[in-house]
Amino acid sequence: MPIPLPTVNLIDISPEIILGVFGVLVLLIDLFLRRERKGHLAVLSLIGVVGAFYASLRLWGSSHYAFSQSIVVDNLSLFFNGIFLLGTALVILMSVSYIRREGINLGEYYSLLLFSTLGMLIISSGNDLIILFLGLELVSIPLYILSGFARTNLKSNEAALKYLLLGVFATAFLLYGIALVYGSTGSIKLPMIAKLLSDTAVSSNPLLFIGMGMLIIGFGFKVALVPFHMWTPDVYEGAPTSVTAFMSVGVKAAGFAALLRVLLTALDKLQFSWVSILVVLAILTMTVGNVIALVQTNIKRLLAYSSIAHAGYLLLGLVAGSRLGVSSILFYLVVYALMNLGAFAVVILVGRKGDQNLHLNDYAGLGYRYPLMGAAMSIFLFSLAGIPPTAGFVAKFYIFSAAVKEGFVKLAIIGVLNSALSLFYYLRIMVIMYMREPEKKEVLPILFSPGLVIALLIAVLGVLYLGILPSRVLDLATSAIRTFLSG
Amino acid sequence: MPIDFLPILILLILSALMSGGMVFLSHLFGRKEPNPSKLSPYECGIPPVGDARLRFSVKFFVVAMLFIIFDFEGVTIYPWAVIFRKLHLFGLVEMGVFLGVLLIGLVYIWRKGALQWD
Repeated sequence: MPIPLPTVNLIDISPEIILGVFGVLVLLIDLFLRRERKGHLAVLSLIGVVGAFYASLRLWGSSHYAFSQSIVVDNLSLFFNGIFLLGTALVILMSVSYIRREGINLGEYYSLLLFSTLGMLIISSGNDLIILFLGLELVSIPLYILSGFARTNLKSNEAALKYLLLGVFATAFLLYGIALVYGSTGSIKLPMIAKLLSDTAVSSNPLLFIGMGMLIIGFGFKVALVPFHMWTPDVYEGAPTSVTAFMSVGVKAAGFAALLRVLLTALDKLQFSWVSILVVLAILTMTVGNVIALVQTNIKRLLAYSSIAHAGYLLLGLVAGSRLGVSSILFYLVVYALMNLGAFAVVILVGRKGDQNLHLNDYAGLGYRYPLMGAAMSIFLFSLAGIPPTAGFVAKFYIFSAAVKEGFVKLAIIGVLNSALSLFYYLRIMVIMYMREPEKKEVLPILFSPGLVIALLIAVLGVLYLGILPSRVLDLATSAIRTFLSG
Repeated sequence: MPIDFLPILILLILSALMSGGMVFLSHLFGRKEPNPSKLSPYECGIPPVGDARLRFSVKFFVVAMLFIIFDFEGVTIYPWAVIFRKLHLFGLVEMGVFLGVLLIGLVYIWRKGALQWD
């Protein structure tokens, strides 16, 4: 019996291959580098990220399946690749001086970052439930290690253990969901599931709905939707700040990539069912995230709850499910990556060794002592709150208008009210920065390292550019879903 | 369809009944004459010494983990070798990639000193 050999088109996964090779290279070169020269590995990782970005650019415009339909290469996956790689590049820039300060200057750090990003790229081009699962695990496992990377810090250890245990639990839900969806439809390929669901005998099977619910739980855990968000504040607080920044942006975007593919490609026919689930989740996520954020005094916990709230806003686009909804999710994720990473860059700058100086009161008077950094932080906070000249406003505007256009007016109103609520805690940081005297007079000066300054500059310019001239990126996002929703 | 899984359910129930029944019946009818040497844990016929809950050095776990990885490598090569002729060049390249990744892993743990006991 001849064995059917799979068709191999390596070009289609060239971004993934480049990133994987660089991850391994970093790991190997690290073995032969002395401790004080580990900074070179950051440069090497950046080259890998840029290379993967270039490979994604080369593929832009293509729309086909590869590896016997388990991989899909279309503009949507390539747009997501862009978001992930942008986020990772900024995180690498932010990390160089941070991990040196924290004494966790090891080569594995960059290697794990690259492998986690590789998992995200795999998710974005997954066309098959197994590939999505593999990608999600490849994202998560390096992050379990990274969140415990500050080995001597007790909080970091706690974060890693909590994230691992709860993450594994969520993964079990996801796997069970995959098994039930496969059992009730007979396929793991997303387009094939959609085709099989046109048979009412298949699409009315209760097991299918249980499977769908479990898939939503599994992905909802990764993007921190509210009933499944318990891990977020503790893990975000305990993990090294640069890793928190990476998690809050990369994993969230990857989770939404998976949700988009599964819900809109495979389970499109069940929209009547999952929309009602997502509406409830969106209301809960926005409200709980914002309300608890009001009382936070630790900046990392505050940003953790703010990231939960942002996941709620993003869900509105998914609930709308229209072209406008999906393209506004893409745009929102780009903006969110820039503004959130920018805010975390400032948190890293203000922080001290051993993750000190994270209390909101430590920001008192910073606006006057470091006017440029204060201005940058204000721009990020305005953007996170969604105030007009910044990108956050445009992103929220499109998400809410997508929801309104599809008839979810009440949901959009709840979103806007929540957004108003979030103003309080974002502006409170600014009030502290500009209107309060620092409690202790002798404060160590902030060291501006080149990597952090570059990351801050990119983030500030990006947030302002997308706030004033959003049309180019919006057009890109619209063209990214052209083949996705028609196919 | 759920009905397709019915045989599995029947098998599950039957096997639970069978194994549970055997344990229960032997408990019911068996002769019980306990004595100290019968109740002590079996350790190759040697009288047990101390508690079994010792603290092991973490090195054992590292070695066990590494052993599993490279043992599994060997396991995957066997079926590959059987159908090697049918796989042609494709199979050779794929196995080369697989072994290459594992080789990098070996270099990594070697340089990190995970193979050193002290």
